[in-house]
Amino acid sequence: MRVLELPPSLGYGDVEVLYRAVAAGEPLLFDARRVEWVHPTGMVALLAAGTVARDRSGVPSKLALPEGQKGQQVSSYLGSSGFFRAAAEVFDSPFPRMSRRAGRPADTLLEVTPIATNSDVHEVVDRVQAQAAVVLSERLRYPPSALVSFSVILSEACQNIIEHAEGLGWVAAQSYKRMPGLPRAAVVVAVSDVGRGFTASLAERHASRFADRWGDVTALEAAFHMGMTRFAETGRGQGIKQIRRLVERWDGLLSVRSGTARIADAPSWNQAPPMEEGLVRFPGAQVNIVIPDRAQP
Amino acid sequence: MTARAADGALRPLSIDVYAVARSTVASMRRNLVTRPTGRAVRAAIEERIAGSRAALVSLLDLRRVQVLDFSCADEVVAKLVLRYLGPDRPGNVFFLFRAVEDFHRNAVEEVLRRHRLAAACDVGGRRFELLGHVAEAERRAWTDLERRGRIDPGAGAGLGRQEARALRGLADRRLAYVGGDGEFWALSAATGPAPGAVL
Repeated sequence: MRVLELPPSLGYGDVEVLYRAVAAGEPLLFDARRVEWVHPTGMVALLAAGTVARDRSGVPSKLALPEGQKGQQVSSYLGSSGFFRAAAEVFDSPFPRMSRRAGRPADTLLEVTPIATNSDVHEVVDRVQAQAAVVLSERLRYPPSALVSFSVILSEACQNIIEHAEGLGWVAAQSYKRMPGLPRAAVVVAVSDVGRGFTASLAERHASRFADRWGDVTALEAAFHMGMTRFAETGRGQGIKQIRRLVERWDGLLSVRSGTARIADAPSWNQAPPMEEGLVRFPGAQVNIVIPDRAQP
Repeated sequence: MTARAADGALRPLSIDVYAVARSTVASMRRNLVTRPTGRAVRAAIEERIAGSRAALVSLLDLRRVQVLDFSCADEVVAKLVLRYLGPDRPGNVFFLFRAVEDFHRNAVEEVLRRHRLAAACDVGGRRFELLGHVAEAERRAWTDLERRGRIDPGAGAGLGRQEARALRGLADRRLAYVGGDGEFWALSAATGPAPGAVL
């Protein structure tokens, strides 16, 4: 079993190491002993990478938990954020049993939640209401109506897993007083699945019109900019378009990675390129959303 | 109930969308999200308005709905309106949407536009507005009809050719009701005044 030593920080900019590691299709030991900070994107990416490694090698991978004083804090956070419950279904490793009564940390908007059915989407939207109302209004200074927009973003992002990926996925959301690269309060939403990805989802209806230009970049652009969907009926393909609109209104960051490409709407405070290509191939789609606090007038 | 409604020409039927959602087996949930939930709620609404031989104006009340996402709105608003638009519609039903709060408006307006549809919506309890895909002439004609409640084109109403054509267009789109004498009625005239409505 090959050992993959995870970096101390497992956030939005660090997860490519996970996707590269599983490309060889061997069982892995994900060594998180040095991890000192983990982001929702890191948690759902770890679950996705563990699932892919297991499916490709036929053997469940293992996960070594963070160690040391900071590591214990990270482990405590992972436990109370629901990561261990989800990880127990993916990794062949013992995880601490966390009491549900212990409650989630105040900054956790949504624990790591598997998404497989529409009922899961309802559960997510229902569950996030009370905590999101407090965080959005008190920490991010948005009006009360922002809760509905935030719920719609969550709902549409999760439905994308069910309707297009046709595979298992996870969602998690966390609020921060500040975070690396953004010295402002923010909410991070991460959604990841291990389904068929945008290129395969859209190929049957749309690949022919793009001829030899069809690929991960074209598929992401088609979904992101043109609202293309695999469904023929009018009214479909609204999800990403509406997420884009709402996130842009809040000066947020939205990125979607699928296959070997990542497309992004980046605000002025972030330097994410509009399109990255040539990334290592990874199944499904990975959506990352950062909503900063409302700018001071 | 207005005199017009009382004469049996256009019967109002109020439907609490939240209550419909709660009573629908598929969606015992607080929020209107996901397409399957929208489909189930739309089917339940269609069941409630089915079987009426009289012309109905169905008042779909969103007052108790908190979250309405785009997938659900596409089913509960756009596809419902679309189903009763064409000549093969299952009943003579018109739609008004009540208590469309500002936080619903984006979803309602967007799904209507996407299908090139429009609907009269009581936005935030203030007054009825026409949301969706609407030409300027249609909007002017609809606003005039909404203000007057009824326009009889044959009784010296002072209609120009363009406005008369726009009114007929509104009737074709089922955004206005044509009475037995060829007069045009605002749908809201059959519902009683909305809070603050200009009638």
